[in-house]
Amino acid sequence: MSQNGRERSPMSPWREGFRRLRRYPSALVGVLIIAGLVGTALYAVLAMPYSEAQKLWRGGEVWYDLPVNASPVWLDRLTGGQAPPTLKVSSRDAVTTTREFENVTIQQLILPFDFYYQQFPSELNLFLEADFTQRQPFVRLAWHTPDGLEIPLGARRIGAAERISISQDQILTRRLGLPPQIGLFAQDQSSGVAPGQSPAVRQGSYQLVLETVHFEPDTEIRAELVAYGRVHGLAGTDHQRRDLLVALLWGTPVALAFGLIAAVGTTVTTLVIAAAGVWYRGWLDAAIQRLTEVNIILPLLPILVMVGTLYSTSIWLMLGVVVALGIFSAGIKMYRAMLLPIREAPYIEAARAYGAGGGRIVLRYMVPRVLPVLIPTFVTLIPTYVFLEASLAVLGLGDPVLPTWGKVLHDAQTQSALYHGFYYWVVGPALLLMLTGLGFAMLGFALDRVFNPRLRNL
Amino acid sequence: MRQPLLVVKGLQTHFELRQWGFLRLGSVRALDGVDFTLDAGESAAVVGESGCGKSTLARTLLGIYRPTAGEAWFAGQSLARLQGRALKEYRARVGYVQQDPYGALPPFMTVRRALAEPLIIHGVRGRAERERRIAAALEEVGLGASPEVQESYPHQLSGGQQQRVVIARALLLRPRLIIADEPVSMLDASVRVEILDLLQRVQTEHGIALLYITHDLSTVRHYAQRVMVMYAGRLAEQAPVESLLARPQHPYSEALLAALVDPEAGNADQERQVPQGEPPNLLNPPAGCRFHPRCPKFMAGTCDRKEPPAFEPFSGHLAACWLRRGQ
Amino acid sequence: MTEIPLLEIKDLRLSYATERGPVWAVDGVSLELRRGEALVVLGESGCGKSSLAKTLLRILPRNARPPGGQVWLEGVNVLAFPEERFRREVRWLRMSLVMQAAMNALNPVIRVGEQVAEPLLIHRGWSKSRALKRAAEVFVEVGIAPAFLSRYPHELSGGMRQRAVLAMALIAEPDLVILDEPTSALDVLTQASIMNVLKRIKRERGTSFVLITHDVATSSELADRVALMYAGQVVEEASATTFFRQPAHPYSRLLMAAVPRLHQREKPVGIAGRPPSLLDPPPGCRFAARCPHNSPACAQDPEVIELADRHRVRCWLPVGGGVP
Repeated sequence: MSQNGRERSPMSPWREGFRRLRRYPSALVGVLIIAGLVGTALYAVLAMPYSEAQKLWRGGEVWYDLPVNASPVWLDRLTGGQAPPTLKVSSRDAVTTTREFENVTIQQLILPFDFYYQQFPSELNLFLEADFTQRQPFVRLAWHTPDGLEIPLGARRIGAAERISISQDQILTRRLGLPPQIGLFAQDQSSGVAPGQSPAVRQGSYQLVLETVHFEPDTEIRAELVAYGRVHGLAGTDHQRRDLLVALLWGTPVALAFGLIAAVGTTVTTLVIAAAGVWYRGWLDAAIQRLTEVNIILPLLPILVMVGTLYSTSIWLMLGVVVALGIFSAGIKMYRAMLLPIREAPYIEAARAYGAGGGRIVLRYMVPRVLPVLIPTFVTLIPTYVFLEASLAVLGLGDPVLPTWGKVLHDAQTQSALYHGFYYWVVGPALLLMLTGLGFAMLGFALDRVFNPRLRNL
Repeated sequence: MRQPLLVVKGLQTHFELRQWGFLRLGSVRALDGVDFTLDAGESAAVVGESGCGKSTLARTLLGIYRPTAGEAWFAGQSLARLQGRALKEYRARVGYVQQDPYGALPPFMTVRRALAEPLIIHGVRGRAERERRIAAALEEVGLGASPEVQESYPHQLSGGQQQRVVIARALLLRPRLIIADEPVSMLDASVRVEILDLLQRVQTEHGIALLYITHDLSTVRHYAQRVMVMYAGRLAEQAPVESLLARPQHPYSEALLAALVDPEAGNADQERQVPQGEPPNLLNPPAGCRFHPRCPKFMAGTCDRKEPPAFEPFSGHLAACWLRRGQ
Repeated sequence: MTEIPLLEIKDLRLSYATERGPVWAVDGVSLELRRGEALVVLGESGCGKSSLAKTLLRILPRNARPPGGQVWLEGVNVLAFPEERFRREVRWLRMSLVMQAAMNALNPVIRVGEQVAEPLLIHRGWSKSRALKRAAEVFVEVGIAPAFLSRYPHELSGGMRQRAVLAMALIAEPDLVILDEPTSALDVLTQASIMNVLKRIKRERGTSFVLITHDVATSSELADRVALMYAGQVVEEASATTFFRQPAHPYSRLLMAAVPRLHQREKPVGIAGRPPSLLDPPPGCRFAARCPHNSPACAQDPEVIELADRHRVRCWLPVGGGVP
């Protein structure tokens, strides 16, 4: 730094403040965290449009090929596990042999896949589609294990589009003595498994052989075998097979927007209203004060619960209510205390003397004077509103269509995620919420230290 | 002949004291019947102790306080009746220089911005025109119009420089009257004279009338043509400067002059004559002459009965004291 | 002469730590004061005079670095005392302070009398009634009716409160009272009557004073000796007679010419420019940039020259070419 004190380059108090801010490592960390969150939010919005996110979060068939309650891949790998991901084999990769007879075609489809994991799949489904006009085709299924064993899986007619839940097959379960998704992949049964001890995985190349019989010449059969894994993606999945990453990603812009708008809406309006009250005094000030006092004792959360229950849980409505109730908050009293001496400042008297009107004095002379204190308050207020939105969602008052962190937590709670050991389900959104709080708090407290002492000589 | 620019007659500004917002406790008679005139281009000093009403006088004339009674006419217009545009117009005609130069400038505005404010408020739309006038005003007060000066914030300037900016601001709207309320009392001795010189220069060059409010009688001789001595909300004496210094007619003016010392060797060896007591409580001022409880020449039965009117012992030299009756 | 001065300040240095580096508020100040004398430290804002007072009484703000130099009080270097010993033996008993606007420093919820008598209760261990009796005497001395002892500060006018604070500084009969701008917040008449009180106390009690002020007229009211400070240094130290009649330093002369006088027809003249920043003061004479006698020699730090007995000037001029 220059030691030359006489060199006075004109520098705005703001720029000066931000220059000083750089000396706080906590501010730097806070800014990095916030930048990360903003980056995530931007990525989410750009990569996945709003309507797309809504559609995905509504769930259903879009997620047919994802496992239920799968934990994140990295979590499993980090703990040294080797849980299988979801494996899919489709008839397009199949080895097909066709034999034609009169009126009948017999086709053999072999769906091969390698299974070298230490845990069993969570589910096993076969999706079949056939186009036919009158007579349904027929299929016989057989499971070939790596050591050459063949386990017949029965035969059935095929509908236009059908899901065969192999893992739900009661008969098979009884025959194998184990749930099929385990029994079909387990080590040789004959060697015997001690009761209460889980069988080991037989690793190697498996085949599912479909022998189809069509009765119409142009019938084509498409098959897809899905061996659902136990891990999925970066964030895992929930009970509805939805990829939690969608909610975690899209929760970021929603949370940030909610926090930012609520914080800006309340602080700026509150400040302007407080300044107007202080300047005009009289009945306006009295009205603002009384309104604030009444509003302070009104509990915010129950009112939000009430609005949510009786009217709508749309996040934008909630935002409106939060801002409306946040305006006449205790902040008014604080700003009023700060503004009262400013009202008597000589520069305000000078402004009156050269003809500045009330509105101009409030907005141009009083409000800017308090802004330096407002910035840290405002930054630390953002996570408060983010948490409020999450709390509402946890209470079941989340937005019905939007994926948010709070709603993930809500689902996790209703599905007893922690009881079942699905920690990832809770940890993901909670971690993001904590990061948000941490980032803004670190920046806010540093800003406070930079701007508040300046208040005295500003 | 000089035209009176400002005529003040019986001006009173009282502040009501209330308890719990409605119970009237009485009025503080901060300004209680003041008469004087100020000619165009004239400089007059108002001298008095703190609480004597001199700042209330300034604020009443600036339209910041509403007078309780009495009248003031500025260029023939009654101040009490000024409303809306006429009031705004009047405010452009009157410049204001305050005591605390740092406090008088918005701390978050650059010099340029602070000076642009009055121009914007008074409808000087063109940016170039504003810049030109700001630069001219800064040149005039001896700061120069360099970008460094214009881009500085008040805290980057010295007290003297800040006061120059304040004076530039007062000059921007081409006023006919400048009211300077203790413009140098917070500045250092070496700077004081420069600021007073500057005020005097712009005042004479532009023919602006100056109402120089001060507690410091020693600066009055060189920077004002006339002096008004205020005590407890009223004018005790008003006279041309030389006349007042040479032959003070009111015992209060005499006391002020006696208490004031020029820095000289030997001051430490002598005690000053100081009247006993303190200025009265303006919530309940004494009857008759307000100075009578402290006056060394108090005449029982006269001074404590009736308020003395302004006698004129010499031409243009007015003193509100019963001693001057019949002179 | 072998008389030990009451107060001898030797090469006192004090700096404040700031973001941009140390600010040397007091930069090598040496002064002496004999018993019964009043020394006025005169200077404009920011010249370090208040820091000097705070260093003497060791009531420095937190960002001040430990001062360098010595402060001898009757032959004992009290600056070297540990804080506790200084508080017990020196502060208030031998050296007391009246601060600027001290009238606002009175505790609003304690009766004035109790506050004024407090030094006697704490330092002398007197009984309360005895201390209050003494306080009544001191009140009369400073010009307040003893009835005000039982009042609360807000019931007293500003002038009376300032007198009460003065009474508090005098009550333990210290050898030395330091007054930091004791009257600058007061009105002309109040100022004059408090100066009268100080003069009387000095005459009758023989108390020594260090009066710190920016006001040249006030300084002449009490001074036996005057030390003029500029940018952290004493530029001239002389008897009041010499200082007000024949000041030697160019700054002293310009300052005298800048003071408006009631009984003088010549117009006062200001001093152009401003003092250098104490953050990184220029080498050489600190007044050089504003000095009409600026010469190449001024680029070097001027030495302190003793022109006559106890008349010292920090300037090259008297050396270079006789008395300017």
